[in-house]
Amino acid sequence: MVAKNSKKRKSTPRKEVAPKKKVVARPDSDEEEVEQEKPKSKRPVAKKQAKKQKEVSSSSDDSGSDSQEESSVSGDEPKSIKADDSGSEEEDTSPKEFTDENAKWLKPKKKKEQLLSSDDDDEEDDKEQDDDDSDDELLEVERQAQQLDEELLAEQEEAAAELQRTIDHDTQVYQLPTADEWDTEATDRLVAPSELQSHITQILYVLSEFQERREHGKSRADYIDWLVRFAAELHGYIPELVRYFCTMFSPPEAMEFLQASDRPRPLVIRTNTLKARRKDLAASLMKRGVTLDPLARWSKVGLKIVESPVPIGATPEYLGGLYMLQSAASMCPILALDPQPKERILDVSAAPGGKTSYMAQLMRNTGVIVANDLKAERQKATVANLHRLGVHNAMTCCHDGRQLGKKYPQRFDRILLDAPCSGLGVISRDPSVKVQRTIEDIKNCAHLQKELILAAIDALKVYRPGCDKKSSSDSGTMVYSTCSVAVYENEEVVNYALQKRDIKIVETGLEFGKPGFVRYQQQRFHPSLALTRRFYPHVHNMDGFYVAKIIKLSDRKPEDTLEPEEENEEKAAVPTNNDKASSKKKKKKNKKVLGKKRKGGDEEDDDNKDTEEDQAKKKKKGAKFSVPPPKPQPKEKKKTNAKVTKPRRKRAATDA
Amino acid sequence: MRPLTEEETKTVFLKLSEYIGKNVERMINRSDERHCFRLIKDRCYYISESVMKASTSISRDSLLHVGTCLGKFTKSGKFRLHITSLEYLAQYAKYKVWVKPSSEMSFLYGNNVTKNGLARITENTPQFAGVVVFSMSSNIPLGFGVAAQSTDHCQTLDPMGNVVLHQADIGEYLRGLEEDIF
Repeated sequence: MVAKNSKKRKSTPRKEVAPKKKVVARPDSDEEEVEQEKPKSKRPVAKKQAKKQKEVSSSSDDSGSDSQEESSVSGDEPKSIKADDSGSEEEDTSPKEFTDENAKWLKPKKKKEQLLSSDDDDEEDDKEQDDDDSDDELLEVERQAQQLDEELLAEQEEAAAELQRTIDHDTQVYQLPTADEWDTEATDRLVAPSELQSHITQILYVLSEFQERREHGKSRADYIDWLVRFAAELHGYIPELVRYFCTMFSPPEAMEFLQASDRPRPLVIRTNTLKARRKDLAASLMKRGVTLDPLARWSKVGLKIVESPVPIGATPEYLGGLYMLQSAASMCPILALDPQPKERILDVSAAPGGKTSYMAQLMRNTGVIVANDLKAERQKATVANLHRLGVHNAMTCCHDGRQLGKKYPQRFDRILLDAPCSGLGVISRDPSVKVQRTIEDIKNCAHLQKELILAAIDALKVYRPGCDKKSSSDSGTMVYSTCSVAVYENEEVVNYALQKRDIKIVETGLEFGKPGFVRYQQQRFHPSLALTRRFYPHVHNMDGFYVAKIIKLSDRKPEDTLEPEEENEEKAAVPTNNDKASSKKKKKKNKKVLGKKRKGGDEEDDDNKDTEEDQAKKKKKGAKFSVPPPKPQPKEKKKTNAKVTKPRRKRAATDA
Repeated sequence: MRPLTEEETKTVFLKLSEYIGKNVERMINRSDERHCFRLIKDRCYYISESVMKASTSISRDSLLHVGTCLGKFTKSGKFRLHITSLEYLAQYAKYKVWVKPSSEMSFLYGNNVTKNGLARITENTPQFAGVVVFSMSSNIPLGFGVAAQSTDHCQTLDPMGNVVLHQADIGEYLRGLEEDIF
């Protein structure tokens, strides 16, 4: 559009200068003036020029100048004609019809005819005049010149038409293909990726300014439908999944996500601080010709492999247990869990032991780690890895994770539940997910995860800030993580656990990542879910991941919470340290809820009830117990693995 | 899981002492925490007391490993050290052999150490003594084996002659998954 306009603007003044010699009465068209300003100035020119030609040729005898002038005129002519076809067609159609949309498809054919005919007229005129004046020697030259002019004219015309077509193509309202059309087409031939990509960009373009750019009569849903269809085809997903991504992300973000999921993530290794220091490891790897960088500011142990001439998973350093291959995303749940030395920790689904060994190195090989996984077969890799990395404080077992709550009630200080999931966040690692997972599978996963999270919470000790005699830090923390981005498997699961158990979501302690969803489609989750963290391949260049840090306030179950009075009595009867702490937590939570409500305005009814109930509780408490609940001691921060004892082998060397 | 019988203990200690000599004592009487030897199925594990106690709550069927696996008893009652015991062997080793970077990989693929791959060897290593093999460049323990020659003999050996007969190497962490050593 812009190009066209500017062209017109440019061409008009020239035209207006040209007709100076002779002013011709404007033929008609008041409506035209209103409708189209530019044609007005040009149309007369065309006529005028024709007349002028006549005049000149008739009056004068120096044909040289004549032809010159003519050529110059004809040089200008096509532009004017191109710009306004309405002018040349004024007789048969009313100019009103030439709005931009139909201009594009009305133009090319008619124009040509029209032009040709007009040219013919000119020619005839000229011929007549020539005949009249009978300048025979010059006629040949003149004719050639004319011919050349015509050719030139036709050429330019064509070029202009082409230009117009492309402009129209680019500026027209994008039209969605009809289903039949597409289906027949798609079955007949392979659709080029570039074509799909262009469809996608077009749809995204329309969606970005929907009111203005949409095709009349098509809804946003139609566009999304097609977007899903094209994207699924382009990236090789089943459409169901793409549609699901579109419900979580905005369409452009969803497309980015799909693209990012096709690209491999950088290879990352984690230094095993039980055996080596990062500096030394980097040096010895560099000796092997590996180029590497520190992973990120937040990790003291991560190294990003840029390029490597040797297989990173088979160097003597790897076999010697100096490092572990572990993606950046997989380190996040451990950082959030923040395991401390001498604690008892459970890893519910441990295989192949990457995260487990990270925990061991943060605990400096003290305490106890129970690395559980359902499949004994997979645990072989865990055992191998733990031995290779020199982890001595771990044991592996193969319980069903769902039974852990019953088997080990309140046994563990910390629990990592890296739940088995659909793997929607790690598509770049395992592309089979694209075609194998269905929404049904994801829901099944989510069901298992809900069972697991409850079992894990049951196996967890109650949160006690800083008063565990064994360790200096607070026990009763767990981290729920998945390598998926699906809301089903993340927020919904945690939200479910919030309803079923007396737990609280706390800050993960990770300074990056996007907050978890609080609202998704028709669902409204607990506001504290905003404290959980999501990681995306297209934003963080990590695997898609979800991390939620949970603390267990008490061992109450939903049956208890159903009857608030009874529960209050119970509490009054046994005012343990624990309960007080938990009630304080609750108060805090409620305050937060209320604050949010004031701000946001839309909350669920459940929350409302909850808060009222709790406020009542609070009052009661305030009246009954004047003793202030024990202040949670500030977390005593242990220095992490920065300073590790001298690797054993070195000591051994000196010993020997 | 059960403690070793006297006979089993004897075989294990005898085996260990081939590599670490009297340092076996150090493994038993540790300064930091009491450690013990336990048998799970036919494997012997070296575990710290606290971890061992924690592991008693796990049922026999589902417990797969605790602490560090030293090796396993063969059907004929002999004891065979596994590569997983390397950390302790390397720590207390009596006789050591360092290999050149060029022959590191060869050893890691399960080959013997030859004279031209040998960089350094502990003085006075007798023939058929248990030795731990280290990498020359980074001082990582690579595995263990048996000295094919005494130190003195090595000097007169031809370049392709074996110095250390291979028993186990850390390449088994990759290969061993199929051989069922974990």
